[in-house]
Amino acid sequence: MVAILSVLSALGVVFFKNAVRSALSLVATFALLSVLYLTLDAQLLAWTQLVVYAGAIMVLFLFVIMVLNLSKQPALIERRDPKLMLATLLGFGFAGIIGVQVVTPLLPPSEIVKDPVLAPNGFGQPQAIGMALFTDYGYPFEAISVLLLVGIVGSILLAKRRLR
Amino acid sequence: MGWIHDVLAAKGVFAALIRAVLWAVPILLLLIPAIWFERRLLAWMQDRRGPNRVGPFGLLQPIADITKLLFKEEVIPDGVDRFTYVLAPVLALMPPIILGAGIPFGAYGVYKLLTPVSDLSVGVLYVLGISSIGVYGLVLAGYSGNNKYSLMGGLRASAQLISYELAMGMSLACIVLATGSLNFTSIVRSQEQPLWGISSLSWLQNWNVFTPFGFLAAIVFVVCMFAETNRPPFDLPEAENELIAGYHTEYSSAKFVSFLMGEYFAMLVYGTVFATVFLGGYNLLPFNWDTVEAHVPALGGLCHFMAWISNNLAPLWLIGKVAATLFAYIWVRATLPRLRYDQLMNLGWRTLLPLAVADLVLVAIWVLAVSTYGAGWGMVIAVVLMLVGLVVYVNIVSVGRRKSDPLASRSVTMVSIAPERVVIPEPAEVQPSGAG
Repeated sequence: MVAILSVLSALGVVFFKNAVRSALSLVATFALLSVLYLTLDAQLLAWTQLVVYAGAIMVLFLFVIMVLNLSKQPALIERRDPKLMLATLLGFGFAGIIGVQVVTPLLPPSEIVKDPVLAPNGFGQPQAIGMALFTDYGYPFEAISVLLLVGIVGSILLAKRRLR
Repeated sequence: MGWIHDVLAAKGVFAALIRAVLWAVPILLLLIPAIWFERRLLAWMQDRRGPNRVGPFGLLQPIADITKLLFKEEVIPDGVDRFTYVLAPVLALMPPIILGAGIPFGAYGVYKLLTPVSDLSVGVLYVLGISSIGVYGLVLAGYSGNNKYSLMGGLRASAQLISYELAMGMSLACIVLATGSLNFTSIVRSQEQPLWGISSLSWLQNWNVFTPFGFLAAIVFVVCMFAETNRPPFDLPEAENELIAGYHTEYSSAKFVSFLMGEYFAMLVYGTVFATVFLGGYNLLPFNWDTVEAHVPALGGLCHFMAWISNNLAPLWLIGKVAATLFAYIWVRATLPRLRYDQLMNLGWRTLLPLAVADLVLVAIWVLAVSTYGAGWGMVIAVVLMLVGLVVYVNIVSVGRRKSDPLASRSVTMVSIAPERVVIPEPAEVQPSGAG
């Protein structure tokens, strides 16, 4: 049910005409995703998702939407646009690729798994994630943090360029 | 599996419901003395009498206030965005109540059984997550009002709350690093350890405000707490001299009450979080009574008594600490004028956030020093580093002061894109008139 609701709200992001409504349904999607993480026993991931996406990023989105006052844009779609055809084709192709990935595990398995693999003790706890991040995955972690730093510096540079 | 499955298990649902009710009902009831306390105390600080007619000492005044507000006519203006207009008060009211789900009210007997509502292993993150959801109440209220003033209020709320949430998270991270756990129960447990980890001080409890880095983090947290609850001097989203009533301009009756109640709930619940993380939670006084008795056997009877009331009336002491926090809220409201917007942003980004990050580094060094040189030297190193940092900071600030123009520091620097173009007009010479 949580999955259905999250898919519905994700569709709402695309189909709402009002930008604020779209942003709100994106917030709902993030919240429902974190509920899904909770049911999968990933507490840290769930709350981090809520703090970062719903709490920080989407509030900034709403801030920008409200500042720019995006309301009721006239429809930009022109009929008989060759790009539309191409976009539809590519869209269906992409949906097919994802759909194969999604549907295959949902098909009834050829043989029933006797003992499902249970999550190890302490799975999803902050200690386990911290140990994994700073020992096994130390280099990727540092690489990502450098990448984020570069992103921040770059965005400040772009924003400040006009001042000079 | 995890706690969510335990909660959803047939037996667990009932127990969880009881725990939730036992958390929510006292918070709802505490609203009444909180409003009374604020009105009376504010009146005394301003040399007035305050409400003193309804009930003894005016204690029933909040009930009269809320009843009056609830029975007012409910007006939903035309042109509001209906869905978000109705959603916003709910979002303003609910997050503060569920914010405190991880907070323990005692460690013995029935309190251990019934609190916290859910002993989350990521309690601190939970608080940050739920408080960030609380922003939406104000932002959506501002947006849905279809009104420039409300919109400005909502914008200010979103900018302010995001800025201060960062510093708040950082100050909590200091304590998390020092404690080694995100769980509120273990944070309180760690505050019952000997002070500064030194075993000869074991008769004192290690409340986080008593450690140097904890004190710094507590200051940052208190300021952020004021900002997160939209209390004066951080009540820019509802600054009535600029924005009428800010985000709740278009609201009346029950929906307006829910904004009001949400603010008070937030004050109370952030107060409990502060008391739990920094003020030793449900412990009455920072003494380990059994160790005191071992040191001074003559005080045995007193120690027994104090230990007994500290353990068995634990929620009262937590509420007492919350009341002290409430007093601070009201005191600050009566004392400080509202910040200007650029002052707000400077305080959040240039003072609190660097302070909290520096504190985090300090805590990390302290943890390393303790594990290398033992608790005593670790604390010495931490204090020396803190003093060095303080000297450096004061020097930086004073250098900045000397260079900058006194006029520039008073102007709104955030929007002055080309400062060389801003020409401050010289005061016109007053022509001497009369005898000449």
